[in-house]
Amino acid sequence: MKPPPFSYHDPRNVADAVGLLGRLENAKLLAGGQSLMPMLNMRYVLPDHIIDLNRIEGLSYIRERDGALDIGAMTRQRDIEFSDVVRRRCPLMHEAIRQIGHRQTRNRGTLGGSLCHLDPAAELVSLANVLDAKVTASGKNGERRIDFSAFPVAYMTPALEPDEILTGATFPCWPAGHGYAFVEFSRRHGDFAIVSAAVLIEEDRNGKVTRASVTLGGMGPAPVRANDVERALIGETIEERRLREICEMLRKLEAIEDIHAPASYRQQLATVLPRRALLKAHERIAERAQA
Amino acid sequence: MSETRKIALTVNGARYEETVPVRVTLADFIRHQLGLTGTHLGCEHGVCGACTILLDGRSARSCLMLAVQADGHDILTVEGIAPDAETLHPLQEAFRDNHGLQCGFCTPGILTTLIEFLRDNPDPTEEEVRIGISGNLCRCTGYQNIVIAALDAAKRLRAEDGQRKTEVG
Repeated sequence: MKPPPFSYHDPRNVADAVGLLGRLENAKLLAGGQSLMPMLNMRYVLPDHIIDLNRIEGLSYIRERDGALDIGAMTRQRDIEFSDVVRRRCPLMHEAIRQIGHRQTRNRGTLGGSLCHLDPAAELVSLANVLDAKVTASGKNGERRIDFSAFPVAYMTPALEPDEILTGATFPCWPAGHGYAFVEFSRRHGDFAIVSAAVLIEEDRNGKVTRASVTLGGMGPAPVRANDVERALIGETIEERRLREICEMLRKLEAIEDIHAPASYRQQLATVLPRRALLKAHERIAERAQA
Repeated sequence: MSETRKIALTVNGARYEETVPVRVTLADFIRHQLGLTGTHLGCEHGVCGACTILLDGRSARSCLMLAVQADGHDILTVEGIAPDAETLHPLQEAFRDNHGLQCGFCTPGILTTLIEFLRDNPDPTEEEVRIGISGNLCRCTGYQNIVIAALDAAKRLRAEDGQRKTEVG
């Protein structure tokens, strides 16, 4: 028996969960448990109360609405991975999900758990950033929507009030025919990425980029949007030599240094991975045009 | 005193009603309270995969769940894979015949992982098998014979499935 002692609560609806969260001192929410359970086992966290969200009805869904995907916070990563509507409307999400951990962890791990844990190298966190997602938080005063760009306030710290629960997220879909790629570098399959690149592009009939979204994960305390690169890509034709020039500007990004890699290594990856992802995204547009 | 709860669940087809301390992991509950020690614990923080069980048919790391969370659910451990005490499951036969284990510590987790994997993907490529078992660490074999055994098991299960269809047809 490894987790420290705690009181266990398993509310059946969001209102009860919010009530418990507001009333109890030193409580932690348990979603899929793929991060909190290891932290409990290793006693990195010592909560007095665990509020288990797994028995709450109605937080697991994937819905297409107004050109966006609404996904419930307790939707398992596996259900997103195998969703036809996700694959059709947001193929980048499908590609990113398959790079999260392993089947055993995706079977339990949830969308909301990953977004709130906010590991800076987590695939879903980068995905929410690159797609300009909005998250929905429920508290005692009702619901509010938060732009994901404003959601990480510090390292692994979401912009939630102490009595708020993330209940879902909305991911705007790009129009059919866009290019996408999620590329990451890790030492072993299923590990957290040292650096990841998520890209989306649209091209006009002449192959010129008309819209671009580029996010780097794993560089700093939160994913970084490569605004300079996005601007520089507009009007360009995707080809390797020009991409090398454009992506070189990412070397000046600040990067963390840890046991996995020094900052310079991450900065090198920051110039390489978006280039590979952009080439792949462009190839996908070209392949579809031929088919 | 540790807080406890009453739970009711099915493990390998048998019904259990038990009282558990709420902080006990599902893995420790299965091993210590139910005495099913085939589920192994390596790292106890979700890295090695030795404690993999099937929860309602889906593989999960039992060290990353609380026993209370299994209330009302159906669990399969390595002890429940074989059809009876005398007969091995085709997956187990394939592991025996291809020397798919050495010390055997990781084997229960690999077998449970592959039960789900081969059910979803009955005719996998070698690459798909390697990705399928990438969440299970083995320190003896270098994985080569595990992959061979998994591919052989897929073949045996397909043949068995074909035979069953012929018999029914």
